[in-house]
Amino acid sequence: MIHVPVRTWMSVVLLAAAIAVLIAIPDFVETFTLMQFTLFSAMAVLALSLGFIWGYGGILSFGQTAFFGLGGYAYAVSVLNLGESTEAIAIAIALPAVFAAFLGYFVFYGRISDVYLGVITLTVTLILFNVVNATAGDEYRIGNAALGGFNGMPSVPTFNLPGNPSIVLDPTQGWYATGGALIVVYVLLRLLLRSRFGRVAIAVRENETRASLLGYDPRLIKLGVFVIGGAIAGLGGALYVNWGAFVSPTIFALSLSAEIIIWVTVGGLGTLIGPVVGCFLIQYLDSQIGTQQTFNSNLALGAILIVFVLLLPQGLIPTIRTIASRLVRLRPASGNATESAAKQPVGAAR
Amino acid sequence: MTPPLPLLEARNLTMRFGGVVAVNNIDFTLREVELRCLIGPNGAGKSTFFKMLTGQLTPSTGTIAFRGTPIAGSASHEIARLGIGIKTQVPNVFNGLPVRENIWLAARRRNTPDQTKRLVDEILEKIALTHRADALVGQLSHGQRQWVEIGTVLAGEPDLILLDEPAAGMTDDETARTAEIIRDINRTRALIVVEHDMQFIKMIAKTVTVFHQGQILMEDKIDAVMRDERVRDVYLGKKVAA
Amino acid sequence: MDLALIIALDVVNGAASLVLLCLGLAIIFGMMRVINLAHGEFVMLGAYATVISANAGLNIWIAMLVVAPVFVGVVGIVIERCLIRFLYGRLVDTMLATWGLSLLIVGLVTTLYGNTIKGVPTPLGGFSVGAYKSSYYTLFLAAVALIMLALVYVVMRRTRFGLVARATMQNPGMAATLGVNPSRIYMMSFGIGSAITGLAGGLLAPVSGVVPTMGAAYVAKAFITVVGGGSAILAGTASSSALFGLINQLGSYFTTPVFGEVILFISAIILIRILPQGISERFFKGSL
Repeated sequence: MIHVPVRTWMSVVLLAAAIAVLIAIPDFVETFTLMQFTLFSAMAVLALSLGFIWGYGGILSFGQTAFFGLGGYAYAVSVLNLGESTEAIAIAIALPAVFAAFLGYFVFYGRISDVYLGVITLTVTLILFNVVNATAGDEYRIGNAALGGFNGMPSVPTFNLPGNPSIVLDPTQGWYATGGALIVVYVLLRLLLRSRFGRVAIAVRENETRASLLGYDPRLIKLGVFVIGGAIAGLGGALYVNWGAFVSPTIFALSLSAEIIIWVTVGGLGTLIGPVVGCFLIQYLDSQIGTQQTFNSNLALGAILIVFVLLLPQGLIPTIRTIASRLVRLRPASGNATESAAKQPVGAAR
Repeated sequence: MTPPLPLLEARNLTMRFGGVVAVNNIDFTLREVELRCLIGPNGAGKSTFFKMLTGQLTPSTGTIAFRGTPIAGSASHEIARLGIGIKTQVPNVFNGLPVRENIWLAARRRNTPDQTKRLVDEILEKIALTHRADALVGQLSHGQRQWVEIGTVLAGEPDLILLDEPAAGMTDDETARTAEIIRDINRTRALIVVEHDMQFIKMIAKTVTVFHQGQILMEDKIDAVMRDERVRDVYLGKKVAA
Repeated sequence: MDLALIIALDVVNGAASLVLLCLGLAIIFGMMRVINLAHGEFVMLGAYATVISANAGLNIWIAMLVVAPVFVGVVGIVIERCLIRFLYGRLVDTMLATWGLSLLIVGLVTTLYGNTIKGVPTPLGGFSVGAYKSSYYTLFLAAVALIMLALVYVVMRRTRFGLVARATMQNPGMAATLGVNPSRIYMMSFGIGSAITGLAGGLLAPVSGVVPTMGAAYVAKAFITVVGGGSAILAGTASSSALFGLINQLGSYFTTPVFGEVILFISAIILIRILPQGISERFFKGSL
């Protein structure tokens, strides 16, 4: 296994480059652009959560926004009650994870198959949207926090320095926190995929029967993947609310759920960098379309999704990798499972 | 003195699919470190019997005990952890993963990372695929994939190994090698082998159980079985003639 | 007593709307194992076809009962030829592509007609039951739902097309060896399913807000009703529509309309957990 050190070395270089970009960006762009990047990064965390559970766990959730929204609301309610953001962020990760554990137990231990999983996640998202939407009025408050129904919760306190509520992060520091969180989540997932749990998760996605005949419990593995995905989506929700200092029921919207699926499909299922790239690309495109009136963004998103499913089902990153390795005649580095996973077509995910 | 507990004991085992009775009230016993061959025409219930042993099917009625632990209807992974491994008829492996990863996944469940690494190398050697260790299993030949699956079964270090047609689609050389490996495994572990190739069975077996129409037609030493009139009628006759 | 009658009427109305909404989706899902996530947008297209032609002076009945189904049926056939047929057997890809399609249609309609459009009044008048009011249109919807169920039954049971369609549904490969062209059957089924969905959109246009995004409200409901019903097109759709219609209306009556929907969704999830194959697989196995 001579390849592994090379790979690790390359990963370290790429990581260093990403951190350098993170630190350097505020010196080169306007505050408005920096805020855009902050938003994109928060959304990219959400994209990673779906890219992980779908690409590596084979779990296609049509309602990843359920956990994103729960995370957002959990952060908003906690920070208003605690007056401090650090614990609120922890709650925003923990609550969706617990919810994912309940839902995942119900689904995976009930032997509910792929299509029905899609129906159930979609339906749960609709339930949350409806319930939160109906919480207008003063009787719906949790401690200091009025939920506000369809109006949402304005003026949610943003992140402060850990342990010091009086020092609120400025936009540059907010960018460091959000972009930094994205890098941390990415690295943690990379490490997880190299661990025994990650490799078994990929095995379960590849062939559930064989995995169980080897003595692994596919239900438990899938549940674990689903819970981790829920926690990451929750963190994304907290980052998103921090960006806008505002949260409303539209955070649960089906259109956003659809958009996450588009990010992952476009970027490349079965990779981690793909969903991030897809997220940045599509959001950038979306914001460009938003500035002019002739062309509707739904139209563009829909067309992009159809084109990719029909013509480029692998997504951008795996396609680029294939072309690059053909050009350079580079042998696929090492026998690492994540490499081969990138070669799976969209439909291969069960 | 009570006789030692059998390794595997099935009693009154029946499996119905709608109106079809695939396995009909069979009793089956296997001692520790025994090697047993199952023969019988297609549809005699051999694969169904295997699937009940591995938890892929829950028997309609009857009991199965593995070293005294009831396992009928348990989840596959629980049975696997008790020490039953299976190579299925159609290679059932992780096609999208490299050979080494396939073996690693099987070995890692009960071993530390270092032990796993040693065990994986050892098994790659044994199945003669060290040179293809980093190739995706889906890109290998059918025979090689059979080997990969046998390798994953060995890596799990089970006490009972079920092999469903291990020599199917193999060349004569490969078949001989498979027989050798099976005899080697049998030094420490029990095996049940389903096969159609009587030459192959003669290389490995002492005792043979004959399945016919979901029931056990007879169970005896291989020579006795091959001489038996009924067995010739339902199964061997065609083979010998052919 | 009057109240009970009105609630009963509401339940009938809820169930009838669900039947109309789901029948097309159930045909497409039952025949082809395709989950059309643009189903809600087909409903929306039917509503738009009705509203636009009625506003242009066409008789409202013709607009609802002829224009909407014909238009959406044609759209369905075009979509089947250009998109769906490349994705048969790839369930997840079909779901992704039809989701893309739904966004595309919403975007297209928004670009062409803006975010709102002038609606049409509800035809037929109202009547009173004691102190409560209801409309004849409710009864009309229920009647159309029954007629559609009967029509699909007759077509599937009594016509050559129905026979061939059922054969294809059971075993496409076998049907093909008997000289049936499965591709043509799929195209026609998709067209018929789309037309029925368009009809639902047309009929619901007078009683719902017609906006480009109206489909989102229907797709989840239709989706869970079809999945809850299982593979039998008629028995499944009818039974789960009746069940969910009842739950939805009673839930709305005892709480609020919003929580009525929430109760509906929760009971759907529980139903899928208990009967993963749907109601029809458990109680009407082998029926249509």
